[in-house]
Amino acid sequence: MTGQLSVLGNPSSLHASGRRARRVVEESREVLAEAVGARPSEVVYTAGGTEADNLAVKGIYWARVGAEPGRRRILASPVEHHAVVDPIVWLAEHEGADVEWLDVDADGRVRPDVLRAAIARDPDSVALVSVMWANNEVGTVQPVAELVAAAHEFGIPIHSDAVQAVGQVPVDFAASGLDAMTVSGHKLGGPLGCGALLLARHMTPVPVLHGGGQERDVRSGTLDTPSIAAFAAAAEIAVREQPEYALRVGALRDQLIGRILAEIPDAALNGDPRLDVAHRLPGNAHFSFPGCEGDSLLLLLDARGIECSTGSACSAGVAQPSHVLLAMGADAARARGSLRFSLGHTSTAAEVDELVEAIGPVVARARMAGLTAQRR
Amino acid sequence: MTDHATPLPSDACELIPALPEPADTAAEARPAAPAAGRPLRVLAAMSGGVDSAVAAARAHEAGHEVTGVHLALSENPKSFRTGARGCCTLEDARDARRAADVIGIPFYVWDLAERFREDVIEDFFAEYEAGRTPNPCLRCNEKIKFAALLDRALALGFDAVCTGHYAVIVDGAAGRELHRSSDQAKDQSYVLGVLDADQLAHALFPLGADTKDDVRLEAERRGLAVARKPDSHDICFIADGDTQAFLATRLGRIPGDIVDADGTKLGEHDGAYGYTVGQRKGLRIGTPAPDGKPRYVLDISPVANTVTVGPAEALDVDALTGIRPRWCGAPPAGTFPCTAQVRAHGDEYPAEAEVTGDTVHVRLHKPMRGVARGQAVVLYDGPRVIGSATIDATARTEAPAAT
Repeated sequence: MTGQLSVLGNPSSLHASGRRARRVVEESREVLAEAVGARPSEVVYTAGGTEADNLAVKGIYWARVGAEPGRRRILASPVEHHAVVDPIVWLAEHEGADVEWLDVDADGRVRPDVLRAAIARDPDSVALVSVMWANNEVGTVQPVAELVAAAHEFGIPIHSDAVQAVGQVPVDFAASGLDAMTVSGHKLGGPLGCGALLLARHMTPVPVLHGGGQERDVRSGTLDTPSIAAFAAAAEIAVREQPEYALRVGALRDQLIGRILAEIPDAALNGDPRLDVAHRLPGNAHFSFPGCEGDSLLLLLDARGIECSTGSACSAGVAQPSHVLLAMGADAARARGSLRFSLGHTSTAAEVDELVEAIGPVVARARMAGLTAQRR
Repeated sequence: MTDHATPLPSDACELIPALPEPADTAAEARPAAPAAGRPLRVLAAMSGGVDSAVAAARAHEAGHEVTGVHLALSENPKSFRTGARGCCTLEDARDARRAADVIGIPFYVWDLAERFREDVIEDFFAEYEAGRTPNPCLRCNEKIKFAALLDRALALGFDAVCTGHYAVIVDGAAGRELHRSSDQAKDQSYVLGVLDADQLAHALFPLGADTKDDVRLEAERRGLAVARKPDSHDICFIADGDTQAFLATRLGRIPGDIVDADGTKLGEHDGAYGYTVGQRKGLRIGTPAPDGKPRYVLDISPVANTVTVGPAEALDVDALTGIRPRWCGAPPAGTFPCTAQVRAHGDEYPAEAEVTGDTVHVRLHKPMRGVARGQAVVLYDGPRVIGSATIDATARTEAPAAT
């Protein structure tokens, strides 16, 4: 990336420096496509996962409704990232979409028969399906291939947000059969603000960004050559190292889960208890601690140098009860008392020790604070 | 309040880092007190304004371990997807976060919207509905900042809650005392008059006796972007400042009569709750008073749904009955001289007060004009806050002096 930062050139220009930039962009396209099992022509660069999700959801919806006005049903899992949930809600509020949130089981998984039944109720009214590859909060891996099979039985296009999955679990766009899939640079060690929508060649979504049509006439905007080069390089490395990474980080994570449950016997692991990569992201551990407020836990752990996450915060910074946990059947109190610990490349056994050592006193204190929240 | 362990030294705000303390300090003499000079774990309530930002900065600079917290107090059930709340104060939350970043302290946003709604907003409606005029800022200090927030802070291992109020804590012979800020223009001891000894024991007011101008200059010097942010004056949960419209959203339209002291109907109103004792504007009475002088709201009767109006002199009272007393220290006994103040930045009136059980009788040496039930009367002994009570009744015991 730093090598590319000093090189000038708009990859869409026809002169020499433009051609040089074009070459980098196209070589990166090939590298990225190879890494995720796609053809180079299926890569549509975007400025990150959110844009790719918006393009997939809105663009496919508009294209489908444009072709057949009766296709207004969007079927999606309720545990999607906000980058998918919010465009869908927006389409419902402003563009006449009928949204159906598919039931998920207690692990947060969409069962293929649930999807099949939802489509079968009225297949001709379905615009698209969107179910993420793996959940960002509780780490549950969706049965993507089976969901694709269910959608394709009825000829319905299906998109999957795979931002959390690439580099963590095996992901192959072609083998999955998906019509569209979102990937993002920063989740696999690449730069921020750089992503792609993998778009099967038969897909022609309506653009969200109109302009020069640089990417397949589906996405406009001057391409960010240095970021794209770094994104592709990061994707290549992350995918190559994925098996080894999953083993090493997964082993640490398994240890963390076992030891936290031993320290806090009434803590509950959220997400799939089967800890292999077919069912759960290797770096994900997510717990509910009864009687605790998540933001109390976060403050106390943060003070000890341990960073974790309560899920999402609203724009003012208030921790929100996770819509993912609520969809999985948790009540609001349990959702608020939940924390995610993410392990990654740099995680060590010593850090796991540190967390395990801290968690007992921290949960005890957070419980006391939780009690004061009750009415006196 | 639960029983909290240790009060703070009053000089905690001026604590110098790592200052070695002689063995026989006054603080050591009180076994419950932490040794002066010990860095405290302080939770700084940061509203996004300049005062609380400078207060947090000072506490941090004094060597305390400070964590900033912005309280999200407004519920905003906007959409199903997140049960979004607390997002109305977006800009304030950002300003507070930005200040915390500059100071270099951890920062969180805590959602106290539910408690705030229950304890402050619902109370606000209920008081107006009952024909009283509440001060929600006092209520917030009593129930939110120095109760809900303080309780949670103490449970999480903090020693104190720090705010940007202009008031001074003094270590007196009988314990901590709350005093007026020497900057009369900014003095906020009135809105803190609801704090009891236990709450006061865990409060930190690093702005103490400084002037607003100095605090703004200091904010500028510290690189705090809120240095020039305008002061807030209105009730924070009524964004447009239209209290009557806000009340109407809940209490609706309840038409009734506007009458004079004899009960003669002079006009009509859309809800007695929309009026405040002493109010002159907005009465919309067609016929002028016989003497041609302006008429004021004298009384509001929620039961009869009438608003009684009359001349300014009829607003003069010299006796107040207060309920729900809160004492900033040991409850006073018997009759004692004091000064009384019934509104923020209002004048002080020399008085005598007498406490009988949970009732406080205040006899004013000269009459006060336009006192509404529901207002807090805060009693002072010189600069020291003795305590406060909610005014439940007012009376005129002496005949008005001839004018």
